[in-house]
Parts: sequence; structure tokens; C-alpha cells
Amino acid sequence: MRNVFTICGKEVRAYFTSPIAYLLMGLFGLITGFMFYSATVYFVNAGTQQQMTGQNSPMDIGQYVIAPLLGNAGVIGLFLVPLISMRLFAEEKRSGTIELLLTSPLNDWEIILGKWMGAMVMYLAIISMTAINIGLLFAWSTPDWRPIVTGYLGLILQGATVLAIGTFISTTTSNQIIAGGSTFAICLLLWVLSWVSNYADSALGKAVAYCSILVHFEPFSKGIVDSKDVIFYVSAIFLGLFLTARSLESLRWRA
Amino acid sequence: MIKVEGLTKRYARHVAVNNISFEVGKGEIVGFLGKNGAGKTTTMRVLTCFLPPSAGKASVAGFDVVDQSLDVRKNIGYLPETPPLYPEMEIGDYLTFVAKLKGIASNDVPKRVDEVIGRTALGDVRNKIIGKLSKGYRQRVGIAQAIIHNPPVLILDEPTSGLDPEQQREARQLIASLSGDHTIILSTHILSEVEQSCSKVIIINAGEIVAVDSVANLHLRRKGGEMVAIQVAGAPESEVRQKLELVRGVARVMPKDAPEGFVAFEIESLEQNAIRPDLARAIVESGWDLSELRTVGESLEEIFLDLTKSEATKAKATQEVAQ
Repeated sequence: MRNVFTICGKEVRAYFTSPIAYLLMGLFGLITGFMFYSATVYFVNAGTQQQMTGQNSPMDIGQYVIAPLLGNAGVIGLFLVPLISMRLFAEEKRSGTIELLLTSPLNDWEIILGKWMGAMVMYLAIISMTAINIGLLFAWSTPDWRPIVTGYLGLILQGATVLAIGTFISTTTSNQIIAGGSTFAICLLLWVLSWVSNYADSALGKAVAYCSILVHFEPFSKGIVDSKDVIFYVSAIFLGLFLTARSLESLRWRA
Repeated sequence: MIKVEGLTKRYARHVAVNNISFEVGKGEIVGFLGKNGAGKTTTMRVLTCFLPPSAGKASVAGFDVVDQSLDVRKNIGYLPETPPLYPEMEIGDYLTFVAKLKGIASNDVPKRVDEVIGRTALGDVRNKIIGKLSKGYRQRVGIAQAIIHNPPVLILDEPTSGLDPEQQREARQLIASLSGDHTIILSTHILSEVEQSCSKVIIINAGEIVAVDSVANLHLRRKGGEMVAIQVAGAPESEVRQKLELVRGVARVMPKDAPEGFVAFEIESLEQNAIRPDLARAIVESGWDLSELRTVGESLEEIFLDLTKSEATKAKATQEVAQ
């Protein structure tokens, strides 16, 4: 386990000594901040209007502000993940440092786990930017905290899944642009797969829609933790890391 | 320390290393010599467990590279052709990272890092970012990472390539200073390097070993007589030449450039004839001043060219030896 933390620590430092960490965090904060602002303004206006017209149907801040915020964070996160994962192995292959890792006394899975965890730390730092917005809500109101917790859990699981896939793709090439581009394309595909459920009712259609990553995220942002979604994410993470291990092994055989 | 038996490595389209066997004893410095693409790097990558062999066996420090890969890796320090450096890291941080990777106990890490920084003379630049270092410094960091866990076996792939002559000398001195504690294999295509640093040479050509021998023995390998260079002061060239050609055992006398007032020749002897005493006597007895007399050693370069050419790969022999 020590080796895992050694690699993980090195990855985290690599992110935070380059501008990429701050760039991604800044961009993410900016975009989600704007979305949060729009949603809040809309919520306040709608609430005021209701009071003025005398209607008194209750409006829930969780439903109008928090759920959309976390939902959007999930989509944006999907597009940022390739930028995090693309360098993991591609950079090592390009610069030759992969020889250091593969000739040091550590198991392949320690390398993979360390790198994936390092990427996770970076991802957590990025999505934690939304905590500023949520914090503001807590300062001026009393939103229900439970959907917030499940929402973040969903964000983390989704990010971990896409990072595992991205890690695998990064082992297949020594070109970071190719790694990032392919991961981006796959993220996009996994997102739009959910559209199938709009028109296909067949078993195949359902199966295709099941593979969409965002379909499994939505319940989390509404405060629902369904074991089938958790199982989907966890098994996808395992698949991604397993493929990474196979790919790294084949690297030795092909080299 | 290192034992290779019938090692073969096939890639998709070609055989990089074909059925090679050799052994390296404890404390030896072995030069792995061959043209570019001869299979040096491939062999080293198999020994360091970066690549598995297609056939045959290899073991390092008694551990098999396939079955006991982690043990082998603990016992090896490896400097690949391009030093495996992270350009964004500082030297000290990088070496700390490598030390941890190599399994050094956390408490000992700072001590070991200080030690190798001292040994490779990197103290002045320890807080510099690797990406900003010159090539010579990078190579030193590369060597530092290879020795950080004090491994019994060191494998250095072209440790001096791309360095200027001054840096090459430094790198060679550094390697020589390591020789006491470590068994070293270093690959190179620079022949003088082998002559200076290595006790034993393995010459590899087109994936096959053509010679395993000590440097001294290699010099004896080429058949034919010896070459003697001679320089004489205060005598006409034609007379000296005549005189020399009369000495018993002389096959050929070739005039050479000489400084003013001197004449110089290179003389080839017939097989197994020691002609030097007779040459000296002939000059002195004629009343001339003998200012120089020495054997011209067969350069390792010629031996190398000869060995790599005489093998089955004559077709490739026209390729220039990369210098």
C-alpha cells in the first residue's frame, strides 16, 4: 500500500505544480458559479412573484437550485475528466519514465491504483469548487443536507468511473492528445446513450440506456441512493482498472 | 551475478536477440558493445524485467527474471537510454520519489538521497527543476536514481551518449568509482569507453554474440604480424628504408609523415616474428639516432569491425559503424 501512496502523491504533486490544476479548478468554478447564480436568481424571482400573486405552493431550494447545480457539475465534470486522465500513462510512455516504474520493485496494480487515486484527488479538488456555492446557500437558508451528500457521492462515483476508463485509454497510446480525445469521445457517447430511452422500449434499448453514465447519476442528485446505480459505477470502475492492468501487461509483451 | 542462457527476444516482425548466452561474475564491469540496433537495449530490457524473453532464461543475483521478477528488480539499478526523469520535479524530490519506489524504508530515505547526491556531485543543483538541467547533469541524476537503493547489479544503457567530452570523462569516472561495490553492465558503441572502463567485453551483432573476452585478449585476436612505428633523426629517407627492408622478418616498410629533420616509417612484420630488437640494432649500427620505436596496437575499433563483419551478416557490413 505504501507504493500506492508514493505514486499517488507524485501524481498529485505533478498536477499541482503545473498550471493545469488551477486552470481546471478555475474554469469549473466559473461555469458552475454562473449556473448557480442563474438558478438562484430565478428561484428568488419566482418565489417573490408567487408571494405577490398570492399563490402559496411551496418551492424547494433543493429541487430548484441544488439538484440542477450538481447535475450540471456532473455533466461538466464528464468533460474535464479527459484532461485529468490523459497524461497518466501517455506522458510516462512518451518520456520513457514508464521504464522506471516498470523496472522498480512494485506490482502493476500498485502503479495503476496509485495513478487512479492521484487523478481522483485532482477530480475531488475540482468538484469541491461547487462547495463554495452550496456554502453560500447554507449561510442564508436551511436547505436539506441529505440530497447534497448523495449528490456528491454520485459525482464522486461518476468521476471515479470515467477516470478508470480514461486511465485505461491513457495506457494505449503515448500521445496525450489522442488519449484525451478518445476519452472525451467516449464520455460524450456514454452521456448521449441515455437518449435511447426516449424512443426505444425494447430490451436492447434498455440495455443501451443502462450503459449511460448520466442515467445513473440523476437519482443521486435527487437524494436517492439506489444499489443498482452504485453497483453499476463500482463494476465499471473495476472494469476500467482491470483493462488498464491488462493493457499495461501487454505493454511489456509488445513494447 | 548475471546468467543468460539461450535468450531469444522476438518482436512482431523481427528477432532482436537470437539465442544468446553469457555470464557476468560478481564485481565485473562488462562492456556491451554493438552497433545501433544490434540488440543491446533489448537484452538489457529483458534483464531489468521490462520485457519478458520469448525463449531462454535469464537470472540476476540468482533470481529468474520471469518467475521472480520483483526480486530481480530489487537487485538491479537501471539507467535506460533516455534517463527516466520527470522534468517538473526538483532533483531532491525526484530522488526521494525513486528511493520510495525502490522500497527503501522511510526513515532511511533522506540519508540515502543525501548519499547519492554527494556521490554524483549534485549538491549544487539539488533544488533545481530537472527540466532546466543540462544534459550532463541529467545523466548524473539518471545514474543517481540507478544507484539509490545500492543494488548489487547496475545496468547502464549508453551512459555517456550525447554528452560532451568533458562530461563523458566525468561520467566514466563516476562509473569507475562505482565498480567496487557493483557488478556493472554498460552498453555503448564508443569503443574507447570499453577500453577505459571495462574488464570484459561482449560484442553483439545482429542479435548474436560474436565475442566474449577481456579487452587484452581481444587485442591478441587478430592474426598476422605486429606493426612497429619507428622514427629516426638525421638520416636520408631512402637509406633508412633500404636498411630496414633488409632486417629479417620484415614484410613491408611504409613511409609516414615526420617532423622536419626526422624520417618515420611503419613496419609490418611477417607472422610471429619479433622484429623490434633487430630494427633498433640496424638503426644504431648505421650511426643514426633512433628517436622512437613502438608497437602500434591494433585498435579495438578494427577488431570490432572485423568481428562484426566476419559473421554471416556480410550484407549489413557495408553499413557504417555509428561512432
